[in-house]
Amino acid sequence: MISSVNHTPKFLILVILLIAFFLVNISLGSVRIPVDTIISILLGNEHNQKAWTYIIIDYRIPKAIAALLTGSGLAVSGLMMQTLFKNPLAGPYVLGISSGASLGVAFFILGGSALGLSSILIPGSWGTILAASLGSFAVLSVVLLVASRVRDAMALLIIGLMFGSLTAAVVSILAYFSPAEDLQRYMFWSFGSLGDISWGALQLLCLCYSIGIVLALSICKSLNSLLLGESYAQSIGVSIQKSRFIILISTSILAGSLTAFVGPIAFVGLAVPHLIRQWFTASNHWVLMPACMLGGALLLLFCDTIAQMPGLDFTLPINAITSIIGAPIVIWLLIRKKKLLF
Amino acid sequence: MIKSQDSQNLYCKNLSVGYTNNGNKKIILEDINLSLKKGNFISLVGINGSGKSTLLRTLAGLQKALEGDVYLDKRKIAAIDPVQKSKTLSLVLTNQQISKNLTVLELVALGRQPYTNWLGTLTDSDKEHILEAIRATELENFKNTSCFELSDGQFQRALIARALAQNTEIILLDEPTTHLDLHHKASIFLLLKKIAHTHNKLILSTTHDIEFVLSLCDKMIVIKGKTCITDTPDNLIQSGVFENLFPDNTIGFNTQSKQFFIR
Repeated sequence: MISSVNHTPKFLILVILLIAFFLVNISLGSVRIPVDTIISILLGNEHNQKAWTYIIIDYRIPKAIAALLTGSGLAVSGLMMQTLFKNPLAGPYVLGISSGASLGVAFFILGGSALGLSSILIPGSWGTILAASLGSFAVLSVVLLVASRVRDAMALLIIGLMFGSLTAAVVSILAYFSPAEDLQRYMFWSFGSLGDISWGALQLLCLCYSIGIVLALSICKSLNSLLLGESYAQSIGVSIQKSRFIILISTSILAGSLTAFVGPIAFVGLAVPHLIRQWFTASNHWVLMPACMLGGALLLLFCDTIAQMPGLDFTLPINAITSIIGAPIVIWLLIRKKKLLF
Repeated sequence: MIKSQDSQNLYCKNLSVGYTNNGNKKIILEDINLSLKKGNFISLVGINGSGKSTLLRTLAGLQKALEGDVYLDKRKIAAIDPVQKSKTLSLVLTNQQISKNLTVLELVALGRQPYTNWLGTLTDSDKEHILEAIRATELENFKNTSCFELSDGQFQRALIARALAQNTEIILLDEPTTHLDLHHKASIFLLLKKIAHTHNKLILSTTHDIEFVLSLCDKMIVIKGKTCITDTPDNLIQSGVFENLFPDNTIGFNTQSKQFFIR
């Protein structure tokens, strides 16, 4: 698409901010490590304080990378959903992906004791990851099946919302019969966590993320034509069914794998595309998509920096922080512009 | 690209249009025979709910015909590759959910999508087509205006410019003049007529403004009952088809002044 505006300065600002926030993010935490030590550890020098090296390499860096991937992946899927559904309120979770993941985890943690199965069968966080993936995959399969039968994108949106309500209901029934201990574990998962991710898990997450992003980039041209509505898009040579399928698959891979690994993260997917659209005043997805990737990563790194409460020895739930920051942003955008155009 | 005079650009024989609902066919129009050529501005008229839009959507290949086939340059429209089709036929529709954040330039540029690569990169010739379409619709001063800032008439012109940029031999329009005042109605119809004649295109437009198009269009397709009559406006007036176009007898037609009146 034609654009008379040069977006390079804004991209530069985003990149510089992102690098800065990445460094700030890994230098702050409950343990105080001097900045020069961090830089020397980053440069690969061994430090006599073995614990510091461990904290930086095996905790803070994976966490920061997880924040990067999560933020950018969710923002991109939010952008695709808003364009596909022509609805400013759509986000990565409208298809019921996060509800599916919640359901999986609820069955795993809460159902485990109710059904007499011990969730200790699969050790560590891998159990929840597997349960969340299976849950989101199950919901996704149903949504894709329905998508091939309904012509109307709005119907798809409502079906996603209905899945959300259904799973929420099942989760509350499970919760009702669960011991407090399990309930607490489930609650902790639903807070989201970027911290318990190992390098191994991160590699797998990277793979899913890359597949999702490549698919998203491959569909940019069709997303641009969808800005005209489905009939027009068809009239300029776009196959609606095929594009819709690729968009759904890409979103599901991104949102599904991210939710499986870090838990549900609210508002990033909804708020970032709006912020980017207004700041860049662009509609072209070749501009919006990379900008959303940078912006989403930036916002989640920022939220994570706040969540770890520098100087204090506890961490706030990341999901709460993103909502506390995200909701006012959306309200502010609405008040300022009166209308969320997309 | 001069084709023989008798080439039919848009053609259909014994076409039935309507909807299928749970296996039940609901036929709206049947036995439609059309053979439309480029260089003509044709209007499709009929009362509310007569099936104008359904017929237009079927001719555009947006919905399936119940019986018969639509042929685009002698090929069945359903069998043509979507990108190929989009280089021959473009649309101007109303009530579409268009992102109003698009600027006029961006909107018109989307008309070039069938010709661009997967990145959507615009070549110099693409840009030329875009600017020419903007010039033809007199939107030069609004190039960088967002669509939500445009008036209804300007927005309608931008939609027509988008179809022009698509550079197709056939343009189908669905009620391009709804919500417009007399002046803008006239300017849109004059523009369509000019494009059809100077650029040798086939322009087919549905409309309610029968009196307007009577003096402007080359041919008219009048939907009456379940089928339609195609002829020149003058012949149609002579045949008396407009006198009882509307149900009951509230509206009459004066053949002298070519105007409708209330009885």
